[in-house]
Amino acid sequence: MTRRYSALSLFKEGLAGQTGWKQAWRSPEPKSSYDAIVIGGGGHGLATAYYLAKNHNITRVAVLEKGWIGGGNTGRNTTVVRSNYYYPESVELYGLAHRLYEGLSKDLNYNVMLSQRGMVNLCHSTAEMEIGARTVNAMQINGIDAELFSPEDVRRVAPIYNFSPDARFPVFGGIWQGRAGTARHDAVAWGYARAASRLGVDIIQNCEITDFIVEGGRCRGIQTTRGAIRADRIGMAVAGHSSVLAAKAGFRLPINSYALQACVSEPVKPVLDTVVLSPGTGVYVSQSDKGEIVIGGGLDRIPSYAQRGNLPTLETVIAGLLEMFPIFGQLKLMRQWAGIVDVVPDSSPIIGESPLPNLFLNCGWGTGGFKAIPAGGTLLANLLATGKHNDISRPFDLNRFASGRLIDEAAGSGIAH
Amino acid sequence: MTASRIAQGGTAIDRSQPIRFSFDGSTVEGFAGDTIASALLANDVAVVGRSFKYHRPRGIWGAGVEEPNALVDIGGERATPNTRATTEPAREGLEARSVNATPSALTDRNAFLDRFARFIPAAFYYKTFMWPDWHMFEPRIRAMAGLGKVDAGWTSPGTADQINHHCDVLVVGAGPAGLAAARLAAGAGLSVTLIDDQQRAGGSLGHRTGEIDGKPASVWAEETVAALAASGHLILPSTTAFGIYDHNLVGLNQRHFDGRPDTLWRVRPRRIVLATGAIERPLPFANNDLPGILSADAGLSYLRRHAVLAGRRIVVATNNDSAYEVAQAVAEAGADVTLVDIRREGTPTAPAKVRVIKGRALASASGKLRVEAVTLDDGSRFDADCVLVSGGWTPTIHLFCQAKGKLAWSEARAAFLPGDPVDGIAVAGAAAGAVSLSEVFAGCENAVAAPGQAKVAMPRSTGAEATGGISAAWPKPGSKGRIWIDYQNDVTVKDVELAARENFISVEHLKRYTTLGMATDQGKTSNLPGLALMAGITGRTVPEVGTTTYRPPFTPVPLASFAGARAGALMAPVRRLPLEGAHRESGAVFQEYGGWLRPAHYGGRDADADRAIQDEALRARQSVALFDGSTLGKIEVIGPQADAFVDFLYYNTMSTLKPGRCRYGFMLSENGVVFDDGVLVRLDEHRFVVSCSSSHVSAVHARLEEWRQDRFGRDAVYIHNATSEMATLTVSGPNARKLIETLDLRLSLDEADLPHMAVGHGSYGGDEVRIARVSFTGDRSYEISIRADRAEPLWAHLREAGKAFDAVLIGLEALMILRAEKGFIVIGKDTDGTTLPHDLGSEGPRTKRQTEYVGRRSLFTDEASRNNRLQLVGLTVPSGEAPLPTGAHGIKRGNGRLHSQGFVTSSYLSPALGRPIALGLIERGAARHGETIEIQHLGKISSATIAAPCAFDPAGDRLHA
Amino acid sequence: MQLFPCPFCGPRDETEFHYGGDAGNVRPDGADVPIDRWANYLYLRGNPKGAAREIWVHMTCGEFFVMERDTLSHKVLSSAELGGEHTI
Repeated sequence: MTRRYSALSLFKEGLAGQTGWKQAWRSPEPKSSYDAIVIGGGGHGLATAYYLAKNHNITRVAVLEKGWIGGGNTGRNTTVVRSNYYYPESVELYGLAHRLYEGLSKDLNYNVMLSQRGMVNLCHSTAEMEIGARTVNAMQINGIDAELFSPEDVRRVAPIYNFSPDARFPVFGGIWQGRAGTARHDAVAWGYARAASRLGVDIIQNCEITDFIVEGGRCRGIQTTRGAIRADRIGMAVAGHSSVLAAKAGFRLPINSYALQACVSEPVKPVLDTVVLSPGTGVYVSQSDKGEIVIGGGLDRIPSYAQRGNLPTLETVIAGLLEMFPIFGQLKLMRQWAGIVDVVPDSSPIIGESPLPNLFLNCGWGTGGFKAIPAGGTLLANLLATGKHNDISRPFDLNRFASGRLIDEAAGSGIAH
Repeated sequence: MTASRIAQGGTAIDRSQPIRFSFDGSTVEGFAGDTIASALLANDVAVVGRSFKYHRPRGIWGAGVEEPNALVDIGGERATPNTRATTEPAREGLEARSVNATPSALTDRNAFLDRFARFIPAAFYYKTFMWPDWHMFEPRIRAMAGLGKVDAGWTSPGTADQINHHCDVLVVGAGPAGLAAARLAAGAGLSVTLIDDQQRAGGSLGHRTGEIDGKPASVWAEETVAALAASGHLILPSTTAFGIYDHNLVGLNQRHFDGRPDTLWRVRPRRIVLATGAIERPLPFANNDLPGILSADAGLSYLRRHAVLAGRRIVVATNNDSAYEVAQAVAEAGADVTLVDIRREGTPTAPAKVRVIKGRALASASGKLRVEAVTLDDGSRFDADCVLVSGGWTPTIHLFCQAKGKLAWSEARAAFLPGDPVDGIAVAGAAAGAVSLSEVFAGCENAVAAPGQAKVAMPRSTGAEATGGISAAWPKPGSKGRIWIDYQNDVTVKDVELAARENFISVEHLKRYTTLGMATDQGKTSNLPGLALMAGITGRTVPEVGTTTYRPPFTPVPLASFAGARAGALMAPVRRLPLEGAHRESGAVFQEYGGWLRPAHYGGRDADADRAIQDEALRARQSVALFDGSTLGKIEVIGPQADAFVDFLYYNTMSTLKPGRCRYGFMLSENGVVFDDGVLVRLDEHRFVVSCSSSHVSAVHARLEEWRQDRFGRDAVYIHNATSEMATLTVSGPNARKLIETLDLRLSLDEADLPHMAVGHGSYGGDEVRIARVSFTGDRSYEISIRADRAEPLWAHLREAGKAFDAVLIGLEALMILRAEKGFIVIGKDTDGTTLPHDLGSEGPRTKRQTEYVGRRSLFTDEASRNNRLQLVGLTVPSGEAPLPTGAHGIKRGNGRLHSQGFVTSSYLSPALGRPIALGLIERGAARHGETIEIQHLGKISSATIAAPCAFDPAGDRLHA
Repeated sequence: MQLFPCPFCGPRDETEFHYGGDAGNVRPDGADVPIDRWANYLYLRGNPKGAAREIWVHMTCGEFFVMERDTLSHKVLSSAELGGEHTI
């Protein structure tokens, strides 16, 4: 049986008809108790289990997934990885994720195809350039590899952008992060699953939480469609459905669920080598290694749990895309879909113990959870293992809503609320 | 020659109109009515493309939207990459190129990849390319991937039309079921819209034999369509329903073949009938992807519609009855035909001139660039230049599933059929599993909204009927050879087995891991065989494995259709000033500010802009300046509780304001953050005007309405947004009063009658004017508001009269300097989304006010009381230095690294002071005046000294000068 | 495109509406409201999957109203004027 992935093992397996590969992860029956349970088999949940085993040597761990692993937002996003954040707290968090991403393929022995092709957030006016400068300076002070781009710089990385004098959203410059890029979203989930499974973690699919077991005011386990499972440390990472589980646990969260749509064109030969975001259109775009133009935009502004795309938002997003890249007017839309995201008032995640003791939260990532998976996993694992925050997770505790100490990246960008 | 055009027949083609076009540089001849695919087939072009991964030669498979193989890049004026050759009409002079092939489909130089196929199975890339680094490999892999090429010189052929449409019944598909349903609905008095993705209605009736109401089926189809059209119902050919969205909105993609872009239809029908037919499946055998292997139904369609016989020595391979008509037809057209049926019993009568082999299946096909021979599972081998296969029929239930319909597995049909009905949607015909015309028509009766109301008789099938016998022939685990399931993405039986071995057994994992069904055809021919194979491997039933989610669009839709006219100036259109024309005449240079197109400055372009701005700002202080402030918000708050209302909305107490007076204040959000600032005018006891920031008018208006409806009610307060009704012309400067006096505005300008922060009423040219003594420049100012459509003469008068005072027109840039000299803030520029009113030096209401107001409680949180908050300050630079860059940060050092302690929000060279000025938000700044701090901008360090925000005329004497 | 019933104007496209929050989230007045209560009002949401009672504004006519709808199926169950006079 071949366990380790490498060019050599692939070659050897090729000679043997690729028949010797093991399961990427085991699918055991759930045990009646674990040292820790992670609810949610997306990137964050699987990463949590992996880091529990790897960093804290806690391996009696179950990841419980309602459907199939990686099937939530991990498999529905536009795969952007970046850490170009404004506030020091955000930089610590997303910077950790970014650094872990850079070593992830080797760490997991799974090619997550981190492609650091750079990302530019465009500025369309003098005012936006001033905010851009404010942002870049903050990032540089906090140790992020940000640069303030001139129009010529933008032209260099995205020559097919609409630089015409009639463009609705002209380019005055941009905020560049060279280390930003994309990663293969499914591979992140599968890579963590495989690595966690090899360290002894049980990954249980088709297992839905029906209730929490509460004894003495503390969470002691959960009822599932596959029976009761007990543990004294339970983490939940169920982006999009956090409020649903919170309601079962008896508390509310500062979250609204919205659909975020994305779509891809038919695959074409490479034309766009970087990630481009325009605040004017709200559209961000990259080209996948398969050749599809991957397009994301704003939220559907209607609270929803329906994972489906709609027309009005799609039309707005694509109109924006074609304003940015008129030559994409010759392409066709191949697939559109939606994920359900947790939208928090300050657009920063919630990491920490919930109002139900023993139950720990990793939620509220909004539209940006994918890029944070390694950090979300590391921090929730630390909480589950130690019961305590570390310096990176502490500012993101739920208690910030009472103290008023929100971490609002949009606010930092000068958007008044 | 193998495939060829036969001498007679072809219902779609017009032999009197020959056409020529090019494919991969070679000339192809055809007739009007050909598709690119039918013409290529008629010219015996076997290899039309290359597969995505292994660069295997690919031939035409189908005759419609399901086509996985025959994609071409159309060049020239109407360039479109990845066009399906099977649905694209051939036209004179068209240039088509195969995709993913260099230099041509026939001689692709990457064909060698297929020899390494065993080393690059499904998902191989996750297992390698990690050392030394993925970035080493990615560029080459990237270049290999993708299909068609984007034409860099492409320009838009025009705006795609978007049409909203309502009807009683939308019938999707104009085959027998769709026609019958449309006719029935029309007979019941309902308005019908009938669409079909083909250029001609009829669906299968166009190439399958049958007799309806005593007529040949194709004749019945034409008559039915003609009758519907004559009754005023809408018939849209070449139109595909690509998605059903919320509340049954249907998206249609209508194609045009005259150079116009496709049209997007958004249809809101009361009822939807999905008569979308079914798609033929391939059969699993080794090398079943070779060119020359076609869907049997496509083979029949090419023969009857285009008079193209797909081969001379044809093997028809089937597991069901539908291929018998195909075998008979191609034999009658002159081919040597062998029919191989996997069934031993229950098969239809053998057609004449066809050799029938029962109880056998194809084991493999062989050939280099096209099929040359086939081998049966008993080892017997025949030469063949064409294989027509039918693996059964998959109902086209994509739209039903998009509408959240659930499927039910039918073992008898070996297919998923629509399950429980979805509100407002019926499925009819082959899409619902019907086979014979009798079954089809029987099913239509319930599909239309009002059963029993129909005034027309149901059509009757009067001829021989198709039969639906089938014996499932799914791909089997452990099969020998390379058996393709997804042709375009190169997914074979072994890949599915590999996925199962590695625990990717969920159907969604199977799809993502192997890319099965993720190609441009979205798995129309491959999904069901793939999941049936997974069922076989894992010992589950097909319904236990289930299907992946069906997502729009059903077929690829041009991006341009979704954008429509929304581009350029029509995208997020800017708001324009009533006096824009006058400003242009005065040489204004316009810029967009908060959604408004406003004069930035007058005269002085590009390099001269700064000088023009400086000049305007300087002259404004010297005599008098004219400024168009029309964008300023003017929202009226009227009613018996107007005073209580503004008290609640503002941070500052406003009810104590006397009629005829103005007061500056903040509006907060409930989180305490300063949302807007501006002057509130009290016109009389029960009437206020909220002057809010230009870019905030609609947001402020929405907030006022929200609180009015939440807490005050209909009879207490009325809110009216009068912003666009009035133009506001500002006269500012030491000579402002003198200039205004020349106008005779019919009111007293005496200090006693119109002091600073008072409002007066006069008239100009018979129109009422409102004059407010408020100042954003620090100089004596008059804001004159007048009906927007009467503003122009007043503006002209001001400019004319201003000549005597050396008046200067100033744009927004100069105004920004003037207000910054005074330390006046702009919300969103000098504040951010965390700024509280006391950060701006406004502490009074917070500590003293006893009444409730929006955001109050949030001003007393831990965060609001933090002692190191960012506070508004002025910043000065050492003598002789340039202005600070806006966006630069104040820094401090600690723990071996830098920390931000705030930032520069506004920075200018002040012509009045002759030195740079700046505003900023700096940690504890209000208590640190006089302190010098380090400033960092893009890595460079400089210094600045904290000062009071107001740098010019701090005593405010000029307001009264 | 969803159709929402404005109690005043009738069914209109979703793009004419703006979501206003949970129905029944009553504002606690006063500077001495316990901070947890204030934070609950400001930030905590029911966010149900399924039947929801929400405040919406029809931007075209400017009226706020209460709408009951299902956040999963997107079925609209009812809508009513604030105070409940007009109901659809």
